[in-house]
Amino acid sequence: MQTSTINIENIRRDFPILQRKVHNNKPLVYFDNAATTQKPIQVIDSIHNYYLNYNSNIHRAVHQLAEEATAAYELTRDKVAKFINVKNREELIFVRGTTEAINLIAYSWGRQNVQKNDIVVTTEYEHHSNIVPWQLLTKEKDAKLEYIGVDDNGELILDQLDDYLNTERVKLVTFSHMSNVLGTITNAEEIIRKCHKKGVKVLVDAAQSVPHMKVDIQKLDCDFFAFSAHKMLGPTGVGVLWARKEILENMQPFNGGGDMIREVHKYETTWNDLPYKFEAGTPNIADVIGFSAALDYLENIGMDKVREHEIELTKYALEKMSAIKGIKLYGTPDMKKRGGVISFNLGDIHPHDLATIIDEDGVAIRSGHHCAQVLMERLDVSATSRASFYIYNTKEEVDVFIRSLNRARELFRI
Amino acid sequence: MSSADIYREIILDYYRNPRNYGKIDNPDISKRDSNPLCGDELEMHINLKDNKVSDVKFTGKGCAISQASASMLTELIMGKDFEYVKKLTKEEILENLGLPDLGPARIKCALLSLKVLKYGIYSYLSEKLNDATSADKIKEEASGLF
Repeated sequence: MQTSTINIENIRRDFPILQRKVHNNKPLVYFDNAATTQKPIQVIDSIHNYYLNYNSNIHRAVHQLAEEATAAYELTRDKVAKFINVKNREELIFVRGTTEAINLIAYSWGRQNVQKNDIVVTTEYEHHSNIVPWQLLTKEKDAKLEYIGVDDNGELILDQLDDYLNTERVKLVTFSHMSNVLGTITNAEEIIRKCHKKGVKVLVDAAQSVPHMKVDIQKLDCDFFAFSAHKMLGPTGVGVLWARKEILENMQPFNGGGDMIREVHKYETTWNDLPYKFEAGTPNIADVIGFSAALDYLENIGMDKVREHEIELTKYALEKMSAIKGIKLYGTPDMKKRGGVISFNLGDIHPHDLATIIDEDGVAIRSGHHCAQVLMERLDVSATSRASFYIYNTKEEVDVFIRSLNRARELFRI
Repeated sequence: MSSADIYREIILDYYRNPRNYGKIDNPDISKRDSNPLCGDELEMHINLKDNKVSDVKFTGKGCAISQASASMLTELIMGKDFEYVKKLTKEEILENLGLPDLGPARIKCALLSLKVLKYGIYSYLSEKLNDATSADKIKEEASGLF
């Protein structure tokens, strides 16, 4: 039960949920990791321990519990800084998730910096969370939203970016570092280089990349960066926004309230220092602390090994799937350019019917538009099925999945 | 219900060869709705004559259950008294489909057609017949389906 890179048996022992049975005693095969991953016992214990032993509000009280909780919460910030190689820890802001991070940028930075006739550029393979906030902003400002197209291989057509940049009206380019549908890894360095030559800011939606590969913010050199804890073994309700200090310092706050202020008077308020200026109210203390254990877990394995394992598994799955009669696979076959996400359709079986059938065999996959209806239109489908892998998945599970797909094919007489 | 019970020959046949698929020009009743969770779409057109369904057609995109359900519903109501159509229940639809025990994840697929039908009748009663009392009753039934 092992790929060449990591000891999966040991890893699986840390995930109690993987022992459970579904639908009349079928072992669970969890292939919906692009939606959210399972949590190791270390993360669950860490949250449990916080509530059992040192639950307290942070930053202001002087008693011992508050000191312990504050230290644990802030320790997570340091670990995030190390994990993605951020130089200044105060540039890291805890939010609810990637969606909130992008909305924060659109609301605070966008409203200050995007004006009439300016252009915001996104791409055709974005999650709705990297489309809708920009629609709201550009409509409000009478600005324009433009899309970089996707070619038949599932890769961005970067020549189109040049055309947009040449208008000299682009204020922001925002894109997904890894497509949640196609698994395509965006050539982020090239986009960022092109944009910075023109003085254009860049936002990277890293919700699908940070959990699955080594990402170095300083090497990447973008301006805004966002990802979610729950897609990388951590709890739901925690996300990270990173932005350059000089940008954050010039941005208006997103939420007003406690913790984000320095002094409040009747009609005037001065803001707290970074990052607290953007962390109004009591944050999700327990889950930020839980996220710390998830980061430790991934550091122990090593992100290069995580990536290698997923490449091996994805290659294996793609090979087996392509032999199934009637299957249509989306995205590039080049493993250097894709992550562990496989979108597909099988004959004329609607993805919801397919997901229902293989769920009976214990296989959990996603079906639908994956919050990417713009991409569905581009692919000219209403929906796809999607299998996505993580560190605890095995080739044996892929075999169960393949057998189940063949059962669905037979049921639909394809 | 196991998928072998759900995806019987008859459901697949209605999915692949839907009866009454298409549109009616200037129908008496016309309604379109979608299921935001999965993106299934359905549009239904109905003509009435002498208080009976004289023609009914549908178009849509979606899973086998939603599309077969819509097609079977059109066959069920064709030629029937409008009073009968107004009173159709979800149990009757599921029975007609041969899927009485669908789980919560998929029952919405089976009932989208009835929801579209009831909302269509609601618009017809309230806008064309000005019968607010009957209209409100059927709207309540429609919103209670899922």
